[in-house]
Amino acid sequence: MTTATSLHSRHLLGIEDLDRSQIDLILETALAMKEVGTRPIKKVPTLRGRTVVNLFFEPSTRTRMSFELAEKRLSADTLGMTTAGSSLSKGETLSDTARTIEAMAPDLIVVRHSSSGAPHQLARICRAGIINAGDGMHEHPTQALLDAFTIKERKGRLEGLRVAIIGDLEHSRVLRSNVFLLTRMGVSVVVCSPPTLRLPGLDRLGVDVTTSMDEAVSGADVVMMLRVQHERMRGLYLPSLREYFTLFGLTPERMRRAAPDAIVMHPGPMNRGVEIASEVADGPWSVILDQVANGVAVRMAVLYLLAGEEG
Amino acid sequence: MAIVMDADRVSRSLTRIAHEIVEHNRGVEDLALVGIRARGVPIAERLAASLHGLTGIVVPTGSLDITLYRDDLMRHAVGPQPVVRRTEIPFSIDDRLILLVDDVLYTGRTIRAALDALIDFGRPRAIQLIVLVDRGHRELPIRADYVGRNIPTSQQQSVQVRLVELDGRDEVEVEG
Repeated sequence: MTTATSLHSRHLLGIEDLDRSQIDLILETALAMKEVGTRPIKKVPTLRGRTVVNLFFEPSTRTRMSFELAEKRLSADTLGMTTAGSSLSKGETLSDTARTIEAMAPDLIVVRHSSSGAPHQLARICRAGIINAGDGMHEHPTQALLDAFTIKERKGRLEGLRVAIIGDLEHSRVLRSNVFLLTRMGVSVVVCSPPTLRLPGLDRLGVDVTTSMDEAVSGADVVMMLRVQHERMRGLYLPSLREYFTLFGLTPERMRRAAPDAIVMHPGPMNRGVEIASEVADGPWSVILDQVANGVAVRMAVLYLLAGEEG
Repeated sequence: MAIVMDADRVSRSLTRIAHEIVEHNRGVEDLALVGIRARGVPIAERLAASLHGLTGIVVPTGSLDITLYRDDLMRHAVGPQPVVRRTEIPFSIDDRLILLVDDVLYTGRTIRAALDALIDFGRPRAIQLIVLVDRGHRELPIRADYVGRNIPTSQQQSVQVRLVELDGRDEVEVEG
């Protein structure tokens, strides 16, 4: 299939809405954007005079900073709102907040929210383009795109690779977006979690499901660890974090089962000694810091492509 | 539908330009070529090969994508964004004489964007412009230092440059 020339949408709400050629378009555009970050002056005038609002209703450091940097590198005017100290803590509804912001006529709104579907609601209300920066347990499309970009950068391709995704499947929007993207791009995916953190229905998306870490890692080209999200759990899911590490922690010993040149990824923030051993996180397999750097390039690509879709 | 330059004529023009570059700059020591994507890039590479043949010196060559600097980028009412290609300038442009290369010089807006882009990479000693075809109708105060051929056109016409590297053959055609 040839690369698309347009995303055919003003919004990026989820990977589920994208076809293969649109994903290729974003990844190829990101390659050009990455070069901008290597220049002495890491800024291009492309979105001069455009306004981007970053609405983060949930704590986020790396995604918010990554979007902000991407916006600044494209010369957009950016303003941000976080929950603390905003009108949201005063009881305003999402729609009222959206209408208020809409009245300031932004071109794009980047939104992170703890409720699945919040970006979709904004897309219905607002004239601005909406970028989903993570909604509840639904999707985190730019994370999956930067993961794919990083894999492609290291492996030269996506199609035909074997990717193991391990950890808290149930609560992970990163998992969902990655499964949509990787299966769409012809990647063979295996997921692994404790039985209490399974996500039903994944097998219907063409994904192999296991509870054996050794089986998941065996022969994998990419091992993607998910964060154990203590804040979404409350002790009902796992007996102890130490037991979790014993059964599902990624250690150098376990990595020996993977393909010889396998890479290890983590969307961050990492829980060292819970889902990943420090020797792996800091070891030769790790591309975790590449993921962070590539996140800016991928988000620049998305901002650029969506900015052209308004009208 | 007139072919205004055939392969021989394209080749002779580029050879002449290579000689002019050496003559005007009294050597090529601190020169670098930067081709504007898409068709400026193969032209820059051919000039680099000619300059190497003439002087024995390898002139560094890069490619520049000006999409992110276009002045019409956000003016489309609706429509897809132009595809952004990679810029590759694997050398410092500081204090060098940069020879900027494009296929056709028309309104001058592409060159304006290219100058802005180049300046973001450093501070060249000077920038000179090389084009295979100058078709007139400038909208900005920009001129070329080296021209393969001046071709008078009307604004309704379009000029197609085809190069072996991208199109399978060398020729310049005026259409319409």
